[in-house]
Amino acid sequence: MKILVCISNVPDTTTKITFTDNNTQFNTTGVQFILNPYDEIALARAIELTDGGNGSVTVINIGEAGTEPTIRKALAIGATDAIRINAKPHDAWYVAYQVAQYVKANPFDLILTGRESIDYNGSKVAAMLGELLDIPSVSIIKKLEATAADATVEREIEGGKEVLTIPFPFVAGCAEGVAEPKIPNMRGIMSARTKPLTVVEAVEVKTFSEIISYETPAPRGQVNLVPADDPAKLVDLLHTQARVI
Amino acid sequence: MSVLIYAENAGGKFKKSTFEAVSYAKAIADQNNTTLTAISIGDVANDDLAALGKYGAAKVLNVTNDKLKNFINQAYASVIAEAAKAQGADIVVLSNSFSGRGLAPRLGVKLEAGVADGAVSLPEQNDGKFTVKKTAFSGKAFAVVELTSTNKVIALTPNSYKVVDGSSVAPVEDFSVEAKASDFKEMIKDIVRSTDKVSLPDAEIVVSAGRGLKGPENWGMVEELANLLGAATACSKPVSDAGWRPHSEHVGQTGIAVSPNLYIAIGISGAIQHLAGISASKVIVVINKDAEAPFFKVADYGIVGDAFEVLPKLIAAVKEYKASA
Repeated sequence: MKILVCISNVPDTTTKITFTDNNTQFNTTGVQFILNPYDEIALARAIELTDGGNGSVTVINIGEAGTEPTIRKALAIGATDAIRINAKPHDAWYVAYQVAQYVKANPFDLILTGRESIDYNGSKVAAMLGELLDIPSVSIIKKLEATAADATVEREIEGGKEVLTIPFPFVAGCAEGVAEPKIPNMRGIMSARTKPLTVVEAVEVKTFSEIISYETPAPRGQVNLVPADDPAKLVDLLHTQARVI
Repeated sequence: MSVLIYAENAGGKFKKSTFEAVSYAKAIADQNNTTLTAISIGDVANDDLAALGKYGAAKVLNVTNDKLKNFINQAYASVIAEAAKAQGADIVVLSNSFSGRGLAPRLGVKLEAGVADGAVSLPEQNDGKFTVKKTAFSGKAFAVVELTSTNKVIALTPNSYKVVDGSSVAPVEDFSVEAKASDFKEMIKDIVRSTDKVSLPDAEIVVSAGRGLKGPENWGMVEELANLLGAATACSKPVSDAGWRPHSEHVGQTGIAVSPNLYIAIGISGAIQHLAGISASKVIVVINKDAEAPFFKVADYGIVGDAFEVLPKLIAAVKEYKASA
């Protein structure tokens, strides 16, 4: 099975988010970038599905040269090879379009993404890719089992779950439960240095959205402490003051 | 030019997030001096369809094709896109639900539309610019996105827009689209819906607990409090990692982001990743025995105390309040 895993390069989860240029640019100073945690889950499952020579796992990233450490980490975890489409990822449509162009020329049986990226919280690339390639897409999956002909996935729905069988090829956005992220071992780290990483130039495409500014949430006032032996006071405040119960 | 709202149902019933999305879409239609049409797919009672008029729908398109009884991402996107074209709708609104997150991007491609998912407020339309505020960095910030395309798709975050209730009844029209066979490759084998539990992303109140509860055997108290308040239960990442609670309850930067009216955090210290997923909550209550826990810095109300001593008293107090209400 040939699997493609789309990976993005995102600020570490501990990053304090600040902006520059009158709140129009994300401040990357001192920010450590990592492989998007959900993409790690997708990658881990792809590696499990191709274990023992049962296919290959290609990772693809839309990014400038600075994203290569993240791509090398994916190779160290166990991806077979990597593609970097040399461009700044403008928005989800731009990313999906670039990946779709690549896939049209280089077909895969299965395309996995994380359920969303933790920077812009978009969960759009999987479904956009599905539409651009005219194949099914499932946006948030919790489980993925595969046979030679099709896959069974468990999808999260409001207040429950849904089990679906889907023929290949399809796209799925992976969430927790699909696999446990893998930690690269020394052998993986060494071999990642020599695994193929191909740089492809981006194709031109019109985009439909633009982030024009950022805002940070309004700071909250000081906490109103209630004595531990009087939770009835808390209930009263939630009812009369906050009006939430 | 008009606005189309996809009115999502769960098991044949509209949810509160759907009424929020209809109310939101109506406000956008008003901004543009145009009308709002709703589209429903699947088996929903006629009275419930007509009742969408209360929230501002001028007309409801009803799609009842047997093949579309259950959600199929590709097929639903095709139907909604066809409806948008048939109605001349250039703005399509839907809820940023699990299904909405699959539909909005496919609609974006089909309609060549910019997509603002995770929208948290009404669009601003000035000098020909159409901007929407959306969540970013898992709640650590918001991004203002300009949609530069003629057609636009907006997916509204649950609990971020108030339901506006009126008294109109909307006419219901059947709407049919010739379904493409290639849209039906997914086969649904099973749907398991737990009707007694409140869905986490939609919940107005969330009761969440962390490692301070010491073990899964102690979650009875958390569930009891949640049941009393009609709340959903949630947990921190270490708790779901340890297998005490399912991953679907993990709230935070790498879990589900929630935006309830009330978030009660019990025995959770408040790591930056957890705070990221809950910062959109309107009111935050923290119960923790460590007075220095970072969570108290973002809380509106707090109790410094041991969960095992505070929770039983809190449960008793809520019971008393409920009995007197």
